[in-house]
Amino acid sequence: MQRIGVFVCWCGSNIAGTVDVKAVAEALKSEPGVVFSTDYQYMCSQAGQDLIKNAVKEHGLTGIVVCSCSPRMHEATFRKTAAAAGLNPYMVEIANIREQCSWVHKEMPIGTEKAIILGKAAVAKVHLNAPLTPGESPVTKRALVIGGGIAGIQTALDIADAGFEVDIVEKKPTIGGKMAQLDKTFPTLDCAACILTPKMVDVAQNEKVRIFSYSEVTEVKGFVGNFDVTIKKNARYVKEEICTGCGACVDKCPMKKVPNEFNLGMDNRRAIYIPFAQAVPKVATIDPNACNMLKNGKCGLCAKVCTAGAIDYTQKDEYIEEKYGAIVVATGFNPISMDQFDEFAYNQSKDVITSLEFERLTNAAGPTAGKLLRPSDGKHPHKIVFVQCVGSRCAACAEKGKEYCSKICCMYTAKHAMLTRDKYPDTEVYVFYIDVRTPGKNFDEFYRRAVEEYGVRYIKGMVGKIVPEGDKLKVQASDLLSNKQLHIDADLVVLAAAIEPDKSARPLATMLTASMDTNDFFTEAHPKLRPVESPTAGVFLSGACQGPKDIPETVSQAGAAASKVIGLLAKDKLTGNPCVAYSDEMMCNGCSSCEKVCPYGAITYEEKEFRMPDRSTAIRRVAVVNPAVCQGCGCCTVTCPSGAMDLRGFMNSQIMAEVDAICK
Amino acid sequence: MNNPYLQEELLRMSGVDPKKCMACGKCSASCPAYDEMEYHPHQFVSMVKNGDIEPLMKSESLYRCLTCFACAERCPRGVEPAKLVEAVRLAVIRQQGANRLKAQDVPALLDEEIPQQALVSAFRKYAK
Amino acid sequence: MQVKEYKPLIVAFCCNWCSYAGADLAGNNRLNYPAEVKIIRVPCSCRVNPMFILRAFQRGADGVILCGCHPGDCHYTSGNYFTRRRMAMLFSMLDFLGIERERTRVEWVSAAEGAKFAATMNDFVETVTALGENKRLEDLRCKR
Repeated sequence: MQRIGVFVCWCGSNIAGTVDVKAVAEALKSEPGVVFSTDYQYMCSQAGQDLIKNAVKEHGLTGIVVCSCSPRMHEATFRKTAAAAGLNPYMVEIANIREQCSWVHKEMPIGTEKAIILGKAAVAKVHLNAPLTPGESPVTKRALVIGGGIAGIQTALDIADAGFEVDIVEKKPTIGGKMAQLDKTFPTLDCAACILTPKMVDVAQNEKVRIFSYSEVTEVKGFVGNFDVTIKKNARYVKEEICTGCGACVDKCPMKKVPNEFNLGMDNRRAIYIPFAQAVPKVATIDPNACNMLKNGKCGLCAKVCTAGAIDYTQKDEYIEEKYGAIVVATGFNPISMDQFDEFAYNQSKDVITSLEFERLTNAAGPTAGKLLRPSDGKHPHKIVFVQCVGSRCAACAEKGKEYCSKICCMYTAKHAMLTRDKYPDTEVYVFYIDVRTPGKNFDEFYRRAVEEYGVRYIKGMVGKIVPEGDKLKVQASDLLSNKQLHIDADLVVLAAAIEPDKSARPLATMLTASMDTNDFFTEAHPKLRPVESPTAGVFLSGACQGPKDIPETVSQAGAAASKVIGLLAKDKLTGNPCVAYSDEMMCNGCSSCEKVCPYGAITYEEKEFRMPDRSTAIRRVAVVNPAVCQGCGCCTVTCPSGAMDLRGFMNSQIMAEVDAICK
Repeated sequence: MNNPYLQEELLRMSGVDPKKCMACGKCSASCPAYDEMEYHPHQFVSMVKNGDIEPLMKSESLYRCLTCFACAERCPRGVEPAKLVEAVRLAVIRQQGANRLKAQDVPALLDEEIPQQALVSAFRKYAK
Repeated sequence: MQVKEYKPLIVAFCCNWCSYAGADLAGNNRLNYPAEVKIIRVPCSCRVNPMFILRAFQRGADGVILCGCHPGDCHYTSGNYFTRRRMAMLFSMLDFLGIERERTRVEWVSAAEGAKFAATMNDFVETVTALGENKRLEDLRCKR
């Protein structure tokens, strides 16, 4: 039998105004197990807390009920008080007689009566409370960053800077991501490669960072502080440690007609290739779908010219298992496919391109060495039409576009238009916009410069259709402000395609049990207050995998994610929430129902040996809850058909006792 | 000019929600009959949204719409301006209690240039 | 003989993250609702075992309302979806047993919806009061 003390707070007149606190204290005194009951003006004050501490010592209390404000307000306070008095902090229950009683009822007798009932319910619950100790688990002091774009690179650098080891897993042969493909960056117009490639070198040379390029994460097990991850290193048929990146093999490779994905298929590469000159790691990779040697064993030229002897046609995919304390998702984005937008004739004309293709066309390292030439005939375009919001803000066409604003298109279109007018003043540049959205430091000034100084013609309206005719593109569009329909004979059309999360994000989210929104962006633990954490403990978000972002935002989010990771890895042990589910192994019948409903993957099944009543032993399959992963929602307890599953702190018997006390 | 009853009637008849419109102008950019019209597709949407319907009912624009549904097809927000135009036309017909043209008047007005699609939709418009 | 005014007994289960906070907000804003409503805090609406509701009716409750986060907003990602399904089944079974549909309710109340919480409780108490005392599942052995 518990020895329970009841402490009724006046909260000045907040409670005492509508609840007869003395009557409440008196009424609860006669409840079974209550050995002490009192009231005080401010229970949360130092004097009030001392009152509780003294009472615990004097009356040998084992449980405490505080009738006061909401537990969301002062539960932590009174738990600390109990702990200071030598009691287990989880032996405290709060009856909420302020927010849910005195403040919402006006009449004293009614308020008092309800306060007594709420007090009784709390007493009934405390009777069944058991001391709880939060579990502890060790932390593996190594982080995994999935994705090697600017987000992943920055996160890895920041984590490594704090002295922790980091691994980057990148599915492409090189890190660098989308930013490596860009030409200039808004609004300062510094070149993307000039600011990115030093970072790529930094990360490659940092001894705390390992880079797994051309690799994927295939399995994630475990929980915060203790993830077990399997990484698949795809065979690149080149020994990474030996290859010097000299490029002799690339020059000799006879397979010259492989579309170059780095230039979005606008030129060709060889079957053995290094994606771009500044690639990290700078090693060659053989494309198994294009290489003759791998397909039918005829060729082997690259092996002959390689002086280092790095080529290995027999290389196999390799699986690496590694332990991590934290995982950062930085899987990034891709422009959506333009196949569904027939009206823009993307598939009919080579001269209708996406903005990312335009980046490559203007990039000095791109297919045209930075000269703006039409992909179809290599002529200089004189009339360029930019179309914004292609597939963005597209609510009606889920199969075509995206409902959200892609955020970065207004700015990069302004950049493209401005740079075109700067380099080629003889071109006419039209930008069709719905709204120009430029919230960012120096963003609107940048856009206005494009209009005012560079003479880019911004037209409020949309392009309705594009028809290739001869070597021209007939653009039919609306100009809403002058209420006209325009017909422009353009040489080049650039579509600002919406961006979407990388396709690899969805299976990854399943592996991590991290939640996603309907657009496959990762959701944050709290949209405002915890923007870089996933609701799954130990999983953090960096960059555009969480929502469309420009580079400055991505870098700041990457830093924020890194600081959260460092905060986690700096701990030697993690203390969990003790109010977690547990399974009575004797009652568990091994049905797996709980495992299926658990949103965190906290429940696993194990074969355990049991002593049966007849003293024989039997192996039974039973549920085991990992207290470090369980967040304590209690869904499994209701799902369990045999009643084996229960939730500490909110046990079936405790809630039942509350129901009984209320319904008496 | 605001006519809430008529506006409600139009919205009910057409099933269009003009509040969804984000004023991008893709409807007017797609419209093949744009230059023939006094009020353009995007204006239909915004005028109906504002309850400014009577000028629309008086306008010849109603009969310039080919009902080709290019605007409805391409609208990124699913507003379907063509259905609104159709609804305004119906409202006119109902108000007058008679059609603008009789079916037998149509052949005389035909010319070779008229596309098949326009003919079909014309019959839908007039032969009630 | 003095006729005692009938006051229903309502048990409200509120999830810790949304609805309990919503109820607190109703208090902060001093939005009145009847004292017949007694709130039990649970971590998530999916923690509410149908047994608790049956027990409440058995012990003489006249109405049971279950409040959780809005679908899609569950603190535990998916808990309220389970609640929605479970309660749909439980309530139709209770209806079959003679406990009217109006006596049971699931309502989504966010932490910001103090006004909705108060309005919901006012409405629910009014509905249950109109139905009168619930006798169907009452355990005669524990008669009040």
